[in-house]
Amino acid sequence: MTFAGLTRELIALRVARELEDGMVVNLGIGLPTLVANFLPEGADIVLHAENGILGYGGIVADEAEFDQDLINAGGQPVTLTPGASFFDSATSFAMIRGGHVDVTVLGGLQVSARGDLANWSVGSRGGGAIGGAMDLAAGARRVIVAMEHTTRDGEPRILEECTYPLTAECCVDLIITNLAVIEVTSEGLVLREVAPGVGADEVQAVTAAQIAFSGVKVMDL
Amino acid sequence: MDKVFDSAAAALHDMPDGATIMFGGFVSAGSPTNLILALYEKGTKDLTGIANNIGLGDNLDVLCEKKQLRKMIASFAIRASAKRQSLFEQLYAKGEVELELVPQGTLAERIRAGGAGIPAFYTPTGVGTVVAAGKRVETFDGRQYLMERALLADFAFIRGYKADRLGNLVYRKASRNFNEIMATAARVTIAEVEEIVEPGELDPESIVTQSVFVDRIVKAPSHDVRWFN
Repeated sequence: MTFAGLTRELIALRVARELEDGMVVNLGIGLPTLVANFLPEGADIVLHAENGILGYGGIVADEAEFDQDLINAGGQPVTLTPGASFFDSATSFAMIRGGHVDVTVLGGLQVSARGDLANWSVGSRGGGAIGGAMDLAAGARRVIVAMEHTTRDGEPRILEECTYPLTAECCVDLIITNLAVIEVTSEGLVLREVAPGVGADEVQAVTAAQIAFSGVKVMDL
Repeated sequence: MDKVFDSAAAALHDMPDGATIMFGGFVSAGSPTNLILALYEKGTKDLTGIANNIGLGDNLDVLCEKKQLRKMIASFAIRASAKRQSLFEQLYAKGEVELELVPQGTLAERIRAGGAGIPAFYTPTGVGTVVAAGKRVETFDGRQYLMERALLADFAFIRGYKADRLGNLVYRKASRNFNEIMATAARVTIAEVEEIVEPGELDPESIVTQSVFVDRIVKAPSHDVRWFN
């Protein structure tokens, strides 16, 4: 039995609630890019794109306005916000590794009980697409993983140990899924919130690692 | 000294088989398309390519058509699930091209270090992953770091916006990406640009790549390149 819980848009909305005025934020490819649509009103949040933009705005939907030199790291055309700047890739990753990016939101394939992340390869085809994920996971001050709680086949993505190749060890601070908000602490996983209509025991049932329950709330969306 | 060549083909006149080439650009932004297409026409073989990505709206994939690449060093090459496989993905699946997969920030820093005369450096990126295989690990202030080696190339192909005849370059929007650092890390750097102006016409405050890093310049139109997925 699996529980649908939140849509991808609602996961992105819940992730956006973690972002605060003044933060520099990098959004990974896939689900995390949706977070740009739900940034809190009135807060100055600066979006960093690892291909060399600090201060991009929304995704450009109109094909006619496509500018091939103004894209985010997912290849999507974007707008700029006032005060935006451009730079080269080495400077961009100096921002990331140097601890100047407050939060990164990354997609996930698997997260382990101690916060290891696997998100760049399922291992089967060889090669892979690391992109900026390893640098972001190792360098950003806070790492939030946004993903579906299970695979399409209902297999848990939160495990005692990842089985896919790792992106980084012990890097994840918070996991936000369609079912739950789970914090990675030094004592292990702690369930903080559940999606409306989802029980804490139901979250545990589709999680292949022990979760502690502590003052669990229903997500406020 | 005039660094301007008449065509992309002329700028590649001494390109030998077996060369190592850095290709600037990030997906559609700042890809040196004209130089890549000239290399394709020339048919140079046994190349080692260094680029952020291949097969993602960057035109580099065309080099797989005649199997010109022996090896790629890149951060983004094989997607987890591809509905439409790039030529590179097809060759890689058949074992006909090598791939060294490098985290993007490590790739950028290896190139920056190469251009700056620094042979190696330590980074926290990749510790405890497959990227760490065979690399020296050192602990500094209680945290583990990997030693990574600098990258250099025989040629760098880059795309700027405007150049003066000395080789000073300015870029357009997010097209600097790997172009700016690759310009520093090759024995011969070839820049294709939208427009070539006289020395003095570019504001010295705005110059991003200094003339010392650029050997050849070609005026070439920008191509409409798009990511396919």
